Amino acid sequence: MEIRPILASLRKHRIPAVLIVLEIALACAVLCNAVFMIGQRMADIHWSNAIDEQGISVVTVNGADPKLAASEIPRNLAALRGIAGVTAAAAATSMPLDQNPALSPFVTKPYATTTVNSSVYFIGGDGEKAMGLRLLQGRWFNADEYAGSGFKNFGSTGHVALVTQSDANRLWPGQSALGKTLYTDATGWTVVGVVADVLAEDPKLSGPGGMYSSVFFPLQPDGVMGDYMLRSVPQDRERVVREAVQVLGKLQPGAVVEGTTYAGMRSDYFADANSMVWMLVLVCVVMLAVTAFGIVGLTSFWVQQRRRQIGIRRAVGATRGHILSYFRTENFLLSTAGVLTGMALAFGINLYLMTHYEMSRMPWYYLPGSAIALWLLGQLAVLGPALRAAAVPPVVATRSV
Amino acid sequence: MFAYYLDLAVRSLKRNKVLTALMVLAIAVGIGASMTTLTVMHLLSGDPLPGRSGTLFYPQVDADPTNDYSHAEPLDVMDYRSAVDLWSAHRADRQTLVVDSKLKVHAPEVNLPPLMEMMLSTTSDFFPMFDVPFQYGSGWSADDDAKHARVAVISADLNNKLFGGTNSVGHTLRLRDTDVRIVGVLKPWRPSPQFYMVAGGRFANGQTDDFYTKPEDVFTPFTSGLEINDGNFWQFTCWHMPDTPGHLQNAPCVWIRLWVELGGAAKVADYRSFLAGYAAQQKALGRITHADNTRLRSLMQWLDFNHVVPSDVHLQTWLAFAFLAICLFNTVGLLLAKFLRRSGEIGVRRALGASRRAVFAQCLVEAGLIGLLGGIGGWLLTLTGLWLVRRQPSAYADLAHLDAPMFFATFVLAIMVSLLAGALPALRASRIAPALQLKTL
Repeated sequence: MEIRPILASLRKHRIPAVLIVLEIALACAVLCNAVFMIGQRMADIHWSNAIDEQGISVVTVNGADPKLAASEIPRNLAALRGIAGVTAAAAATSMPLDQNPALSPFVTKPYATTTVNSSVYFIGGDGEKAMGLRLLQGRWFNADEYAGSGFKNFGSTGHVALVTQSDANRLWPGQSALGKTLYTDATGWTVVGVVADVLAEDPKLSGPGGMYSSVFFPLQPDGVMGDYMLRSVPQDRERVVREAVQVLGKLQPGAVVEGTTYAGMRSDYFADANSMVWMLVLVCVVMLAVTAFGIVGLTSFWVQQRRRQIGIRRAVGATRGHILSYFRTENFLLSTAGVLTGMALAFGINLYLMTHYEMSRMPWYYLPGSAIALWLLGQLAVLGPALRAAAVPPVVATRSV
Repeated sequence: MFAYYLDLAVRSLKRNKVLTALMVLAIAVGIGASMTTLTVMHLLSGDPLPGRSGTLFYPQVDADPTNDYSHAEPLDVMDYRSAVDLWSAHRADRQTLVVDSKLKVHAPEVNLPPLMEMMLSTTSDFFPMFDVPFQYGSGWSADDDAKHARVAVISADLNNKLFGGTNSVGHTLRLRDTDVRIVGVLKPWRPSPQFYMVAGGRFANGQTDDFYTKPEDVFTPFTSGLEINDGNFWQFTCWHMPDTPGHLQNAPCVWIRLWVELGGAAKVADYRSFLAGYAAQQKALGRITHADNTRLRSLMQWLDFNHVVPSDVHLQTWLAFAFLAICLFNTVGLLLAKFLRRSGEIGVRRALGASRRAVFAQCLVEAGLIGLLGGIGGWLLTLTGLWLVRRQPSAYADLAHLDAPMFFATFVLAIMVSLLAGALPALRASRIAPALQLKTL
């Protein structure tokens, strides 16, 4: 296809041509960044979490008398284990992603400092089963450790802890974490086991690289434990929550009892990210539609304006294919100019967002990716008007000169 | 002439319905998207106390004696000792302490299960200082603060929940294990943001939705609240582990906010030097080390410092305006096509004696009409957009309503956008050479 006549004709329609280019450029820039943001948020929403997320239900009891905890918690657990379908039950202080952070810095030497805030989880007997933790090295807490560990000054009075694999690698790179001592200020705990990565209670507060910084301690029945974790098969969980709330509501009439599935807790945490993703998707779709309609509108106008010229070309021997490819090539040239400007713009916007909104650098392949998307969009949009142009009969040339 | 142009515009718009619909739709979605985000932005970045915010200040002292970090800024909130010292000095026109905690609330006279609610423990000045509106009763007195009185003010929400919206003043509320007498019920009160609790925004990475939560449901005198819910107060941060979690009166922790009202620049300057003097005195006593690290920001400065508007909202606003720009380019192109398609008609008008200015005006009227139609569409889309925002889980969702200024802004923006879009095509149309067009007719 000869492109010189196309360029010559575009030079005569400078303003509409520039408008299409600008529209495509802006759409390309916004598309790149929006898709990148969608991708990042989707990655967040799919963070892995090595507990039995689908099988856990959590019932929270607030406002019970902490002095009675030692007798009430075992009684409550016994009643909860009686619910049909519950395979394990245990008390705990908090859950991953419950947005109720109990954070503490853990280091490998007394009084050392760190920028990572680890999430602290105190779990009662059977906690590892109820939560569905996965042991990678070492052992679980034994019954004596569960029975003999208390809670004081936000710390465990016991002597053992479980760490996640991420923390084991971060704190003791290249070594086994088993048997090492974990410190906060001067207090130390021996690491007896390493579990697969469990998310923090609120990862955004964990500090850089602390998303999977979670430390588990055993705890005897204690008033700080407000969560009851129940494990069942996923199909039973809704019923388990309902029954557990009833059971605990009867046993603790003075307290506030609330239940949720862990899946619900997780989706609460990501609700904002989720709605942002939908909003971005909506914007992208509508934006592409508007751009496409703009191209359709302007090309239709051009086609109509050039009916006579098209007729003449047809009369002197151009085929329908020639006419079709004329308009498609024209659109391709405009799109190319648009996406080239757009890619530069997208890169600039990304740099701006990086400095102002904690955004990370956009991987390069987003640029050609959205360029191709807009090329395709342009070709699709131009197809209708171009087919109409190709349908102009040669006889038009003979009319009203 | 305007009426005639309007008539022409209507005829022209009717002639090519698809093109007209495309243009109106493009403007409508552009306006809808940008006005939705702009309304949210407007609601979140506004002044929570118009007219009063200039006299409210947030003092800060750096009570952390350690040198673990640079101390470029003092800690966001205060320790018990500094806060109570500064409050009891009564050196401002008004001053109030605030601290929140969660506790079990039960109305013994009402047969409803207990609730977990947030309680704000504060001092009597809180209500007049922040213009808090009352439905029934009133706040408590300074005397009640001093006497650790067992009284409470409750929110309209809680009053509806527990007492069906009736006047509950004089009724009893059981807060954890303590009975308090209700002395006041607030009218629905929804400051945006919940400015008196804002702190720590610089550590939030732009995720500041929580600053827009509803005010607490129970308000008690500071002294009484600390006793009623002892053991359940959470620190903002600590430089050593506290000995007794939840009871922070003597702990190395910051957890209390102090607000002062200062009418006039002289008073602000006085208070600033009083604050510096207090810090110096505490340094002399050996309690704090970073005595020169004090701040006295005004309410709006403090909100700015905390970047209260969530960064997602900023991003959405940018996105919406980029989107509006795309719609604008689109409309310019389509209008250009529309006007130039009528070159013959315009040529005849010009040949019959219409001036360029008249043709320009005619085209702009047509563009303005499209803008008006787009504005109506945009307004409907904005309402839909805000409805969608209200269904979101964010803390500010319930705030998203279109107020009168934003309603008018919708139409002003729509018409401005369409006139802007129409200017260039109208100019081109008015430059059409009549002779050339007449020849082709």
